[in-house]
Amino acid sequence: MEKFKKIESNAIPLPMVNVDTDMIIPKQFLKTIKRTGLGKNLFYELRYDEKDAPIDSFVLNQDKYKDSQILITGKNFGCGSSREHAPWSILDYGIKCIIASSFADIFYNNCFKNGILPIKLDESEVTKLQKAAENSLSFTIDLENQKISYFDKNINHEVSFELDKAKKTSLLEGLDDIGLTLAKVNHISDFENKQKSRTPWLYSQQIK
Amino acid sequence: MSTPKTLYDKIWNDHLVSENEDGTTIIYIDRHLVHEVTSPQAFEGLKIANRSVRKPNFTLATADHNIPTTNRDEGISDPESKLQVDTLEENCKEHGITFLSMSDKRQGIVHIIGPEQGFTQPGMTIVCGDSHTSTHGAFGALAWGIGTSEVEHVLATQTLVQTKAKNMQINIQGELPLGVTAKDIVLKIIQTIGTAGGTGYVIEYTGDAIKSLTMEGRMTVCNMSIEAGARAGLISPDEKTIEYLKGRPFSPAENDYQSASDYWLSLASDEGAAYDKTVNIDASDIIPQVTWGTSPEDVVSIDGLVPNPENESDETKKKSMIRALEYMGLVPNTPLKEVKVDKVFIGSCTNGRIEDLRAASKIAKDRKVADHVNAIIVPGSGLVKQQAEEEGLDKIFIESGFEWREPGCSMCLAMNADKLKPQERCASTSNRNFEGRQGRGGRTHLMSPAMAAAAAINGKLSDSREI
Repeated sequence: MEKFKKIESNAIPLPMVNVDTDMIIPKQFLKTIKRTGLGKNLFYELRYDEKDAPIDSFVLNQDKYKDSQILITGKNFGCGSSREHAPWSILDYGIKCIIASSFADIFYNNCFKNGILPIKLDESEVTKLQKAAENSLSFTIDLENQKISYFDKNINHEVSFELDKAKKTSLLEGLDDIGLTLAKVNHISDFENKQKSRTPWLYSQQIK
Repeated sequence: MSTPKTLYDKIWNDHLVSENEDGTTIIYIDRHLVHEVTSPQAFEGLKIANRSVRKPNFTLATADHNIPTTNRDEGISDPESKLQVDTLEENCKEHGITFLSMSDKRQGIVHIIGPEQGFTQPGMTIVCGDSHTSTHGAFGALAWGIGTSEVEHVLATQTLVQTKAKNMQINIQGELPLGVTAKDIVLKIIQTIGTAGGTGYVIEYTGDAIKSLTMEGRMTVCNMSIEAGARAGLISPDEKTIEYLKGRPFSPAENDYQSASDYWLSLASDEGAAYDKTVNIDASDIIPQVTWGTSPEDVVSIDGLVPNPENESDETKKKSMIRALEYMGLVPNTPLKEVKVDKVFIGSCTNGRIEDLRAASKIAKDRKVADHVNAIIVPGSGLVKQQAEEEGLDKIFIESGFEWREPGCSMCLAMNADKLKPQERCASTSNRNFEGRQGRGGRTHLMSPAMAAAAAINGKLSDSREI
């Protein structure tokens, strides 16, 4: 996984609540056996009409947000399925940071596995940032110092955010989770031996 | 005496492999269910890193999301779906994982076949790259949905790195009125706590109304924990659990069964165990429920009206209600029972089990599906289908005008050919009414199997108790 670096970009305002994984990437795109190439279909049904033509009023189709790396949205973002195609499509589009007042658990977790930073802030704070995003102001996301900053009318605004330490480290260092766990393979074997003596039937299951 | 513990606390403690320096915990995963949509990239990851599957015999795979429910002998006509299913079969062969293929009569929706095969057992940790893995919690197993990166992590290590969730108790006191089902309970719960109400929690369902449910009903309740925001839902194991699992193919052998049962019963939450949050709901207040909008929390009783956004004070909520009503093509204050349906779907991991088909068949028997309605029944597995046919349910459905299909996820998520056309309205026993879920522009109303069958007969949303 790539290391998470400081982001400087304007932000896409998407003030909708309960944006679900079917909205983020509809099922017809889940048939892929690859992780890449999903960005063009991100928010497909909001972004394109029945004839596949871009819907001008949708925010992703507006030129000024073409290269945005930040998405600012409503509460319970990413609810629904566990499909990692949702963060894959977001990352493939070029978004590396999502700001909302809350996220669905599985989606939130999946973000970190793909180098995306989801930031939780109070609803009132998110509303302020939405406004700034609508004015296409440029934001800086500094994960190291857990700070979002932007200039509005020559005034520098700074917003701090909370983040679990393990998740922060994993993003900053782009860690290989599996490799880290495999380094503790002795613990896993010990556990299996213990469990086998305590609940032996778990180890003798055979298809009949 | 030690501190009283919840079922979740006990399972968590029994699966601690090691504590990491950063405060996370490595948890052992006893069983892993795999399907075609969320696994190919995980197997690819293993190959790239030259890693193997640690416990192939703790892993069970099937194809369910992508497969056709008609003309099975012709195979899968969509080349992308076929590639995904073939890829799973090849990956299973390469790593020695049992794969129940489309031609195997045990094939079905992954969350139906786990319990059916006895692969699911109390006290286990079970994961699958699918959010409805919470279903298995009905057995007192800690079961949750994971993304593909974690699927790869489990394949390689048989563990996951986790932080512990909080405990929530949802207590359904009292007796359920006649004709009210598990689906109505869980819809009521989601309406009460909202789709984010369970975020950060593992929910344990307790109370007389939960205990009185069959294992099938308990699975329906736990299945939709994720729609209430919780990754996992649990019910403490009891005699019904033990009875259900007896003699199933993967269940403990006879000589182990007694000690397994003793262990399972010991896992039930202790008297006086502390929960971070408790929600009480009175069962006698619940009547058949349906959804009106595009979020599973948009629930009303069948004798109610389509809600009016003008009565909503919260601006954001009001806006999303207006959007949902427009999408659903509904006018505020319309009685639900006047809403006409075009399609009916009975099936899915929520309601595709034998008991669900029996409930629907009772409504369908000696009645006809309304002329303008297309109604399909999709059993949750090959064995559910076989059982239903032995009981003659297929004949009842076919005589009523329902289509009798092959097992799979089908129109719950419309990845195969079963989908709604734009603006088509469906009475569905599935779990999600999101925009586009059952096909672009399709309109979904969630409800129980009896209620969906009643909608098929009357051609509009109906109270199954009045049929």
